[in-house]
Amino acid sequence: MDIASLTIDGIRASLLARRYSAMELAAEALRFAEAENPRTNAYLHFSPERAFYAARRVDERLARGEEPGRLAAVPVAVKDVIVTKGVRTTCGSKLLANYIPPYDATAVERLEQAGALLIGKTNCDEFAMGSSNENSAFGPVRNPVALDRVPGGSSGGSAAAVAQGTAVVALGSDTGGSIRQPASFCGVVGVTPTYGRVSRYGLTAFASSLDHIGPLARSVKEAATVLGVIAGRDARDATSAAAPVPDYTAGLDGKVKGLKLGLPREYLKELTSETGELIYAAVDDLKRLGCEVREISLPATDYAIACYYILATAEASSNLARYDGVRYTFRSGQTETLAEMYRNTRGEGFGAECKRRIMLGTYVLSAGYYDAYYLKAQKVRALIARDFADAFQEVDAIVAPVSPYPAFRLGEKMADPLAMYLSDIYTITGDLAGIPCMSVPCGKTASGLPVGMQILTRHFDETTMFRLADAFEAHSRAA
Amino acid sequence: MAPITRTTQGTAPAGVGALLRFPLNGLNFAINAMVTPVSTATMEESMSSSAAARYEAVIGLEVHAQLATATKIFCGCPTSFGAPPNTNVCPVCLGLPGALPVLNGAAVELALKAGLALHCSIRAQSRFARKNYFYPDLPKGYQISQYDEPLAERGHVDIVVEGQTKRIAVTRVHMEDDAGKSIHDGFKDSDRYSYVDLNRSGTPLIEIVSEPDMRSSGEAYAYLTEVKQVLQFIEASTCDMEKGHLRCDANVSVRLKGAAELGTKAEVKNLNSFRFLKQALDYEIARQVELVESGGKVMQETRLYNPETGETAAMRSKEHAHDYRYFPEPDLAPLRISAAWLEELRASLPELPARKRARFVAEYGLPEYDAEVLTATRAASDYFEAAARASGNAKMVANWVMGDLMGMLKAEGKEIAESPVSAAHLGELVKLISTGELSGKLAKEIFPKMFSKGQAAAEIAESEGLKQISDTGALEKVIEEVIAGNPKQVEQYRGGKTTVMNFLVGQAMKATRGQANVAVVTDLFKQRLG
Repeated sequence: MDIASLTIDGIRASLLARRYSAMELAAEALRFAEAENPRTNAYLHFSPERAFYAARRVDERLARGEEPGRLAAVPVAVKDVIVTKGVRTTCGSKLLANYIPPYDATAVERLEQAGALLIGKTNCDEFAMGSSNENSAFGPVRNPVALDRVPGGSSGGSAAAVAQGTAVVALGSDTGGSIRQPASFCGVVGVTPTYGRVSRYGLTAFASSLDHIGPLARSVKEAATVLGVIAGRDARDATSAAAPVPDYTAGLDGKVKGLKLGLPREYLKELTSETGELIYAAVDDLKRLGCEVREISLPATDYAIACYYILATAEASSNLARYDGVRYTFRSGQTETLAEMYRNTRGEGFGAECKRRIMLGTYVLSAGYYDAYYLKAQKVRALIARDFADAFQEVDAIVAPVSPYPAFRLGEKMADPLAMYLSDIYTITGDLAGIPCMSVPCGKTASGLPVGMQILTRHFDETTMFRLADAFEAHSRAA
Repeated sequence: MAPITRTTQGTAPAGVGALLRFPLNGLNFAINAMVTPVSTATMEESMSSSAAARYEAVIGLEVHAQLATATKIFCGCPTSFGAPPNTNVCPVCLGLPGALPVLNGAAVELALKAGLALHCSIRAQSRFARKNYFYPDLPKGYQISQYDEPLAERGHVDIVVEGQTKRIAVTRVHMEDDAGKSIHDGFKDSDRYSYVDLNRSGTPLIEIVSEPDMRSSGEAYAYLTEVKQVLQFIEASTCDMEKGHLRCDANVSVRLKGAAELGTKAEVKNLNSFRFLKQALDYEIARQVELVESGGKVMQETRLYNPETGETAAMRSKEHAHDYRYFPEPDLAPLRISAAWLEELRASLPELPARKRARFVAEYGLPEYDAEVLTATRAASDYFEAAARASGNAKMVANWVMGDLMGMLKAEGKEIAESPVSAAHLGELVKLISTGELSGKLAKEIFPKMFSKGQAAAEIAESEGLKQISDTGALEKVIEEVIAGNPKQVEQYRGGKTTVMNFLVGQAMKATRGQANVAVVTDLFKQRLG
């Protein structure tokens, strides 16, 4: 079997035709992933016990003639900020290097209930903070498309695993673009669903009001399938939505003729690179598919970066407080006093980017600064959300770039954190507004680097987003 | 739940069922040794009472009460007391990565009842906020509390001090989760390490903040008493101070009487009994007055009360200079309270202590003091009323409850709810006395037996042959014997010395072992000797 080109539907057909068993597939997938991993460092650790256990259950169901599950025997990789019972979950941090959670994230539970095989946990920027995966305490991930380049971040390992073919689909997390940007850099599909669509229970918090779990896949349909499995109300997450989950794959009917699309002026004004050319070409394709494209304005965009890096770091400074050396984290050996234990543990445990964000966040929440920073940023966030609401009065979906440029070289931007922050400009707005958004591949640069196009739709209208992305994908594959 | 695997090299494995250990030195509530405590005695000597009389204290209280829910505020763990360390825990109250809070509706209901009972306005929408600080028994690194949008605001508590009723304003009532418990003593390495038990982590609390409306330790004492009673009446909290279900901090300042401006306040912590509250406030007020009188300045600081010495001492200043960096809790949606729910709760509130006291005075003609004692707890007031209804003689019931019953309960360490004498039985006893079927003396003899056997008065009277003799036929014989045996007294009576009657009746009572009906005996003597 060719592991790297497996599909959800292909696996299902093979299982039903008894071409291989789930156990055989699990063994082969694990062998392949472990063999391939040294090239990219996409995985931090593998979970054979869980994969085999799940595979056996699928085989038993098949043997009894039962439905084996929507994701039967599908090898999945899960970002290491999403907790897995009995399987080490490091969040890319030295602080949690040996942490083994006693419970499963809801999304992981739902994947396994649908028959998926958890192959392993993927590398990421420490606590999901970064845009290149270079902030992992366990070494950077290399982009499987071009090994001297970054896979994007922070879900770099998940994007690389899917692009490399060691997992059919993967879970990532997105707070400011951490699913879409690596998907774009690695040439795969990456989806950030509506805030509240997928339970955050078991997602290690970076910035709670912005954190999302979402799928990465090699096709729109597979991403839609996975989202259908993990979406829906969860009583353990008070911010999860009760809205019913439609059958996303049933909506992939190619009917995009007459769909009104908006092209935000503010996202394109400085986009003159190859990325821009590919986006414009994609927009032309969408017009050929019968979509009506018009220019729209999202005037608060200029303030989005500042707004995001205030709110996200404020929440992060609080969310990361629990890694203090008292209980399950690494504890510095050099401590005589409580203050020293805190200082040394956190000083030795956190990487530079986490420290930077903890300091920023602590600062903006401090007495005397709260109103000027946090409160003002909340107001800007409301304006950004209103921009989108206004735009969706006119259009059904918004198309935009994902990143100003394709995958850059390892080390290229590490010296300039601000430049790294600024590269998030097109993705953070969707998170701030809490609307569904995704990256779908729209071509490659002359040097063969993938570029993704972003599609954003109304709250809980993932169906339109998937339909448009699927039609575009079919069109570009045919071309 | 499966045990949590420790991550750390070189440290002892710890997790569920075990205590967590951390270095002790530098705990932020260590008392500043630089502050020399001054004893109250010294101050009283050095300061003329006229100086003290020129000052008044200004006191506000922050009261924390544990809500009486079966489970914690943001998870399903039990709130039960006394379980082995770190066993009533789950990912949520342990603050494990990825765990999220889900608000316990029962806790909201009790907090709302408290807000209503303290006459607060309830916000249609309130919000939780994170209060950020580091401490080993705070597993998330922040407490989930409420900040600028609390559940309830602008209430009041009426207190009675020296016969005067005074209204103390309640600023706010808000909900929050409790931290775990640090244990600093009792381990081999307690000189170097402290231990943490997280069973209490996530227990639901309300904080009740008063305005600085109190002017003496007596007023503060009365306020805390009233708040405690209200919370117990509505069953929002057991207010068991020994278990830490009711805790109190005070903000104290002094100023010259008549001054418009407030003095600098000190926050006094660790006032975990009514006695400590009074002692600590008296000490702190005297300390501040003396300081001001001797030309010094009161520092704005947090002071810890030490029950061993009866003194307060400053905590290290740099460690209580907290900036809690409050911000809205993103894991919880704003809390919306529907008008319908609020009305339902308002209607379900029992009669509150203050009103009940007034009613007991008006309806049963009880003295203020009796009404106060009988409304001290809801159980006592319910017991009293049930017995009063059954007896038709509320005053006599009040005496029995406050006298014999409470005395015996206290001797056995029992609560009134556990009384072996039911309210119905006491009511019946009092009724028998009122109707003359039982003498007061007999009743006193019967009552301890009712207490030990849990039986009704009539039953005991029956089985012990203690029934009152009102049958004239049976009594006439006794009367004849008394007359025959005491000719001198009979003579005196006949000669006009009517007070001798008491002696004769006494003789008859003695002869019947107290079972004779006094009224009947008296009548019979009068008839026979008249």
